Amino acid sequence: MHEMSLTNGILRILEDQARTRNFSRVRTVWLEIGTLSHVDPEAIRFCFESTSKGTIAEEACLVILEPAGQAWCLDCSQSVTVTRRGDPCPICGGFMLHVTGGEELRITELEVE
Amino acid sequence: MCIVCGCGHAEAGTGEPEHDHGHKHHHSHGSRLDFGGGPAGVSLPGLDQARILRIETDVLAENDLIAAHNRAYLSEHGILALNLVSSPGSGKTTLLVRTIADLKDRFPIAVIEGDQQTSLDTERICATGVPALQINTGKGCHLDAHMIDHALTTLAPGQGSLLLIENVGNLVCPAGFDLGEAHKVVILSVTEGEDKPLKYPNMFAAADLMILTKTDLLPYLRFDADRCIDYARRVNPKIGILRLSSETGHGLAAWYDWIEARRIPVSQQED
Repeated sequence: MHEMSLTNGILRILEDQARTRNFSRVRTVWLEIGTLSHVDPEAIRFCFESTSKGTIAEEACLVILEPAGQAWCLDCSQSVTVTRRGDPCPICGGFMLHVTGGEELRITELEVE
Repeated sequence: MCIVCGCGHAEAGTGEPEHDHGHKHHHSHGSRLDFGGGPAGVSLPGLDQARILRIETDVLAENDLIAAHNRAYLSEHGILALNLVSSPGSGKTTLLVRTIADLKDRFPIAVIEGDQQTSLDTERICATGVPALQINTGKGCHLDAHMIDHALTTLAPGQGSLLLIENVGNLVCPAGFDLGEAHKVVILSVTEGEDKPLKYPNMFAAADLMILTKTDLLPYLRFDADRCIDYARRVNPKIGILRLSSETGHGLAAWYDWIEARRIPVSQQED
């Protein structure tokens, strides 16, 4: 489950931020996980609850935003919304899609004290 | 799309979009960037604005930084690195052994083997006479850029080498981790399900090439290779496709041509 190493990465970022921006506790983490990314939000939530114990993010609230998948349809020459990889273009039914959004995996904001 | 909230509104003056995370953004878009009046550029009802930090940091930023370092090292040394990914049992190691035997007299080859434990694969590779290094990930399910950085230091592949990185057998986790390779190559054997590209789309989307292996077994199976290829192209219209059998050698010439076409010509390599 690679979500565990990703969660460790999140905690490292929080520790680094705490040092450079001078805070001692994280109350809320806003995390974007695109719907086309390789990450399961529920697995991240589970791992975060387990691994944040004893860290500056213990009991922090994790707010996960899931930006929709966006793709450029080469046949329609326009941007379309896709709910998962392998699905056809909702307009023409083709598969000539180039994913342009929905692959995010990033921390956007922190509420700290 | 707005990078702060992912709201999808990119026009100036579109007003406040709906946010399922329940806070308002006061930034506008267009020719002017306005991150709001407060230090964090956001306001949350009932919260002290000064305590909100915008950080916009990719979770994989550290891995990607090391991967970029690896990529620069490989480029400087004229090394073509391929990250081979598949399910367990697809025939990756068998394909590597055959490839090494056929190509090692043409140019130097080195191998990094990723497995949770044992050095059995490395022993098979070492028997071919090329340098190989085993990375045991322990409980880890994928190789990452940091492991490859260390492996490159230890293995020190020669100038102009082909570096074959056999990732941990897993079609999920290695998809997200850039190692600094030139290409991800996904290997799928015809003894597996033909719908794997749809079941594990992130890996097939991340790969530049799909190799269908064990094709000598096709007469005995119901595997529809054309349908499998169609599924792979649904998730990645640009993916290259090769069909081969490490056992009979059928299709290997095209695989070797694919590698040769991507090696950095010696004339362009730095001294």
